[in-house]
Amino acid sequence: MDALRRGFISLLLANLIAGPAVAQSQKFITVASTTSTEQSGLFKHLLPRFTEKTGIEVKVVALGTGQALDVGRRGDADVVFVHDKAAEEKFVAEGFGVQRHEVMYNDFVIVGPKSDPAKAAGRDVVEALRKIAAAKAPFVSRGDRSGTHAAELRYWKEGSVDVSPVRGEWYKEIGQGMGPALNTAAAQNAYVLTDRGTWLSFKNRGDLTVLVEGDQRLFNQYGVMLVNPARHPHVKVVEGRAFIDWLVSPEGQKAIADYKIEGEQLFFPNAAGAGRS
Amino acid sequence: MLQAFGDAIALLQALDRDVLAIAALSVRVSLLAVTFACLVGLPLGALVAVTAFPGRQAAIAVLNALMGLPAVVVGLVVYLLLSRSGPLGAWGLLFTPTAMVMAQTVLVTPLIAALTRQIVEDADRELGEQLRSLRLGLWRRATTLLYDARFSLVVAILAAFGRAISEVGAVLVVGGNIAGHTRTMTTAISLETQKGDLPLALALGLVLIGIVIAINALASGLRLYAMRAYG
Repeated sequence: MDALRRGFISLLLANLIAGPAVAQSQKFITVASTTSTEQSGLFKHLLPRFTEKTGIEVKVVALGTGQALDVGRRGDADVVFVHDKAAEEKFVAEGFGVQRHEVMYNDFVIVGPKSDPAKAAGRDVVEALRKIAAAKAPFVSRGDRSGTHAAELRYWKEGSVDVSPVRGEWYKEIGQGMGPALNTAAAQNAYVLTDRGTWLSFKNRGDLTVLVEGDQRLFNQYGVMLVNPARHPHVKVVEGRAFIDWLVSPEGQKAIADYKIEGEQLFFPNAAGAGRS
Repeated sequence: MLQAFGDAIALLQALDRDVLAIAALSVRVSLLAVTFACLVGLPLGALVAVTAFPGRQAAIAVLNALMGLPAVVVGLVVYLLLSRSGPLGAWGLLFTPTAMVMAQTVLVTPLIAALTRQIVEDADRELGEQLRSLRLGLWRRATTLLYDARFSLVVAILAAFGRAISEVGAVLVVGGNIAGHTRTMTTAISLETQKGDLPLALALGLVLIGIVIAINALASGLRLYAMRAYG
């Protein structure tokens, strides 16, 4: 029994030691990104192409934009790929990121119950939120400092609706990712602001449907930044830059445009010099 | 609900290599964590059981309370330690399977130590006088009692393994749920639930339960066999 146990333990130890050694023999970068890019399946579509071309493996940690920027601030990622322009510019201005490149956009939509009790359907996002507030119809908020959450708060502010007193009443902050927010809204027949990509790839829709879309203000820009090597010397500058350069290159931009779910394009490339910017 | 179960079972038949790799990682990480936790927890628990020292009751109360450590908090603490901006940042271990092993080891060591303390103390009640009359040192007494209680300790180790392989908070925070690298069964289940793919999440859950049952059956079988052979 003892010999058996000793053999087992040494086997396990060998396994552990061999594990990281194998991983480190390859070139890889860590990218902090958002749940919308991961959960919509975009990375699964893009990364194999990039890895095949450059031999660099990309490890994606998917978080809300706020958290992803924090991971970059702490130096725990080489590249940050998120969607909250104001927060990204602050990140670069504070010296945590090197330079921000615009990569692509998609748009936000408001989804809600087909019966639309607040009569919110239409084009104007701010007007729709005012109606939801007036009807006290249930609304699910991410509440997690993500890019989507930041956008939602901007729209409420534009509509001069103060949601802080109605927290826990019809306004429900769940503090989680886009998927859980959609799950919650589907379960409670509530309204929710979502990026179109996550919505299109979301499967548990229940009675929800797209009610508000097409407003200029619903435009959702994604940006990518290298974490500043001056602040975090271990940042893999060459490999990280290679990834950013590929994303904004004609090849990367085309790969983004090619990604479709049920014939519908999810992200629209708009890097400077590659079409619309 | 029934619909989802039906879909889940249909999906099970189409399990691909990705899922097997994820399951293998889950088992590997949790087995390693439990192994390291045993190396620390078994001797620690046994020593507390046979030693008299001031504040022992308080120490036992703390040890027992630590069995309920929230996984997310353990994950967060290990994250802060391993982060590039943390004290062990230079090791570059964050978002690796090694980090997940470390977090789970911290999580289950108190569980093994606390259960061992109780089991060894019970064994000591039966054998203690005899051992003391042999004038054995503390360490010899502890190891003798550990050996004597070995079959009961299997259950403690299985409980620790169950806690490790089923937790999601710690591995998610320190592993980052990176596809093909640090995605485990529990983080994959959580991800699929978030994506609203409930049948797939349920299918993965069934696989996880199957793995846990298989490993428990294996351990129980070994235990029975060993009891007959050495008991």
